[in-house]
Amino acid sequence: MTTAPAGRGAFDAHRPPERDLLDDCVHCGFCLPTCPTYQLWGEEMDSPRGRIYLMNLAEKGEIGLQGPFHEHIDRCLGCMACVTACPSGVQYDRLLESVRPQLERNVERSRGDRLFRNAIFALFPYKRRLRAAALPGALYQRLRGVPAVRRLAARLPGRLGALESLLPPVNVREAFATLPAHTPAVGERRARVALLSGCVQDVFFHRVNEATVRVLAAEGCDVLVPRDQVCCGALELHAGREDPALGRARRTIETFERLDVDHLVTNVAGCGSSMKEYAHLLADDPEWVERARVFSARVRDVHEVLADLLDDGGPRAPRHPFRGRVAYHDACHLGHAQRVRTQPRAVLRSIPELELVELPEAELCCGSAGIYNLVAPEAAAQLGERKAANVRSVGPTVVVTANPGCLLQIGRHLGTDLPLLHPMQLLDASIRGTAVPVR
Amino acid sequence: MALDKTIHSAFARATGPENVIDDPVRCRAYECDGLTGYRVVPDLVLLPRDAAAVAAAVRVCAEHGVAFVARGAGTGLSGGALPVADGVVISLSRLRRILEIDPVNRRAVIEPGVTNLEITAAAAPHGLYYAPDPSSQQVCTIGGNVAENSGGAHCLKYGFTTNHVLATEVVLPDGSIVTFGGDSPEQAGPDLRGVFVGSEGTLGITTKITVRLLPTPETVRTLLADFPSIGAAGDVVSDIVAAGIVPAAVEMMDTLAIEAAEQAVHAGYTVGVAAALVVELDGPVEECEVQFDQVKRICDRHGCTRLHIAGSAEERAAIWRGRKAAFAAVGRISPDYFVQDGVVPRTRLGEVLDRIAAMGKAAGLRVANVFHAGDGNLHPLVLYNAAAGETERAERLSAQIAELCVELGGSLSGEHGIGTDKACSMPKMFSRDDLAVMQRVRDAFDPDGLCNPGKVLPTPRLCGERPGPYRPHPLEEAGVIERL
Ligand SMILES: Cc1cc2nc3c(=O)[nH]c(=O)nc-3n(C[C@H](O)[C@H](O)[C@H](O)COP(=O)(O)OP(=O)(O)OC[C@H]3O[C@@H](n4cnc5c(N)ncnc54)[C@H](O)[C@@H]3O)c2cc1C
Ligand code: SF4
Ligand code: SF4
Repeated sequence: MTTAPAGRGAFDAHRPPERDLLDDCVHCGFCLPTCPTYQLWGEEMDSPRGRIYLMNLAEKGEIGLQGPFHEHIDRCLGCMACVTACPSGVQYDRLLESVRPQLERNVERSRGDRLFRNAIFALFPYKRRLRAAALPGALYQRLRGVPAVRRLAARLPGRLGALESLLPPVNVREAFATLPAHTPAVGERRARVALLSGCVQDVFFHRVNEATVRVLAAEGCDVLVPRDQVCCGALELHAGREDPALGRARRTIETFERLDVDHLVTNVAGCGSSMKEYAHLLADDPEWVERARVFSARVRDVHEVLADLLDDGGPRAPRHPFRGRVAYHDACHLGHAQRVRTQPRAVLRSIPELELVELPEAELCCGSAGIYNLVAPEAAAQLGERKAANVRSVGPTVVVTANPGCLLQIGRHLGTDLPLLHPMQLLDASIRGTAVPVR
Repeated sequence: MALDKTIHSAFARATGPENVIDDPVRCRAYECDGLTGYRVVPDLVLLPRDAAAVAAAVRVCAEHGVAFVARGAGTGLSGGALPVADGVVISLSRLRRILEIDPVNRRAVIEPGVTNLEITAAAAPHGLYYAPDPSSQQVCTIGGNVAENSGGAHCLKYGFTTNHVLATEVVLPDGSIVTFGGDSPEQAGPDLRGVFVGSEGTLGITTKITVRLLPTPETVRTLLADFPSIGAAGDVVSDIVAAGIVPAAVEMMDTLAIEAAEQAVHAGYTVGVAAALVVELDGPVEECEVQFDQVKRICDRHGCTRLHIAGSAEERAAIWRGRKAAFAAVGRISPDYFVQDGVVPRTRLGEVLDRIAAMGKAAGLRVANVFHAGDGNLHPLVLYNAAAGETERAERLSAQIAELCVELGGSLSGEHGIGTDKACSMPKMFSRDDLAVMQRVRDAFDPDGLCNPGKVLPTPRLCGERPGPYRPHPLEEAGVIERL
């Protein structure tokens, strides 16, 4: 027999933020300096401490969800810099993960906001639509068939234009290329991995996926790329669209769990952080909880896999030296959310003569943060400018970061004179002895 | 009764409407600082962008008789930034420019919302740093530091905030802007800069601060030494000082404090020894090495039973974690305890501790001791069990210890400010005349009592109840901070 738990305060009964987690926060403020919104506006309600405080009040029923509360939670980038900074181990990630779906269910958004969000989520998780949208020419021309896009175009053509202007131009060959289903290890096999190819990644950064497969193979991995994979649900998850996100999580588990591999690998920080969370997300679902746990336990960022291989016998493939200063930007979903910081650096240092430089304000989000630069363009632009200035300040020859959102966002603000790459592209060039690409 | 609309619009004109928070839900985010036990929702929160706007806002307060409370990062642990009902909070978080780094004269000019660590970050490329190091330095603001006269473990060698502030621009409670102090440390006339530093936001709002910068020490060396008696450890401290060595920090713990700390954070202290000393030296490599050897020899001479030298930054951090956790950790070896906070002349340390031990024995209670040995700041912790009816006895013993410190030529201190939390204890530390003088100083600056009212000096409303037994802040338990 099960009894439905009662709602708590302003939250409904389905996974309200846990009291214990809220109580962990002692209000010390150590999380303020690295919070991007606190940096921008200096307001308590737009700091982690303030957001947790408001969650606390809402949980006690002292304030409602509609209005100020949801505005301040909406403005959170979900960058998790606060989780890194907190000395008391407050799990803001867990708190946000339960609060966002509560808002999606219980808060009435303005019509414009609703239309825009619907259009975004009608587009992003679908590779086919992304391809169509990204090809030269009007987004609307190609996606008239998608109701959410049609509605947005009819009511708010300006927002549609804004959305379109954020999509980078893409080369047709790349957008439609597919990865081989199986790439054998070069030489003796050290591991068998399956790669999640991602949606935004595979359309806009197919070259990164190609480089990743080549590097993994060169380092002794058999690489499988299942053809039937779908979006992992990361964007929806981070925006609080719980049901579709969970649907995608289940399909992703189904696709990958039957593969006989050592690791499920991703080169996208955002996807990795959500796939590692599946176990927690599906904890209430008796049918899926165990499958999700097994799945999450096998997920690795590509840098984790490569760093382990380096530790265990050193590099397999000889590298050509790279003489230059490389600035590594920690993608929030890799550094803060997955705590993967040393591995990408170790992997980059395996390239002879490469000089790794650290960025000032490295903890600070670049403003990409999933759909943030779509829904809060001004704040995102300010953060993008700030990141670009910090990057320029160290005078790098190449900038690398392991997330397509960051690549798009930083690229937009950095201009085109500096090469901006995923670390796998640089490593691939070093292994193959080819020229370092610009994008 | 909330402020009326005409006053709201006067504030909006003063700071610009986009810098006013008037929504009651948003204002609740400002209802407390680092001490969450006290909460008051302000009527408005103002976020001025420059000194002129701060002055304009304060003038509106003066004109309409509205109380105001300055707020930095809100990390204070004594309720200093607690808002006042029907009053406004003036947050300095948008005044955060570094106006000047002057490496030649080793000075920085900054706005109050700049964090302590940002000053060091800006000075570092010139081989300089800002010395006072509260453990909250990554987040607390220089404005808050000035208000609280904050310090950290290294204040033994380098002094507190007041020793590093050359000048401060202040918006007085009537809205006028003045500057206390100047570029040179020696100023003619009474030292109003000195009066302002540590005034906990009760004399005005600082809007620009000139601080002194120091050259970054070449090296840091830290050791942890065990001793068979408190006396031996005390002699080591005396000998270190007599040898002309000025350590960056010297801290001492007795056997009960060590046991508690080790239980809490497992930092590698030896359970069972009578006393442990933490000694840290910094400075030029050669000087440091020579003095460090001297310190080691002094330790040996006094029968040191174990000497652990931190070999890495992590080991150094572990030693400090143990030391900082000690207070809160005492909760693990006793259901209840009182913390006393006294300063005694270092030379009389042995005597004080012997007498405390005897007093404890007579009262049938245990006393643990944590000691900023370098500057004579002693924290005796009286352990008791309220459930067993020991409260009164413990209170009496605690008071006797305080009196003992004063009798031996010492005083009481309060590193984290008085604020709301300890205002009611002020009459214990100061005579009626002392308090009256303080009140007159305050009145001279703030005749209408609008500037952070209710803080520092006791008021009948606030002090109806006696403060209860010591309750550790959760961060003390984690070894991140200590609160006295
Ligand atoms: C984890 C932790 C560790 C700590 N460790 C230490 C430590 O080692 N040493 C130490 O001394 N303190 C420590 N503190 C206490 C606190 O950080 C200091 O008191 C700090 O100086 C407060 O700065 P703030 O910017 O947070 O000020 P707030 O808390 O916002 O304000 C503190 C007081 O200053 C006043 N004030 C703020 N800005 C101004 C201004 N511009 N002009 C006039 N008045 C102003 C406020 O009205 C209030 O009375 C610690 C706190 C925490 C949470
Ligand atoms: S997740 Fe990022 S934006 Fe959100 S509160 Fe934490 S630090 Fe701030
Ligand atoms: S989240 Fe952590 S760092 Fe931030 S205020 Fe709470 S306890 Fe402090």
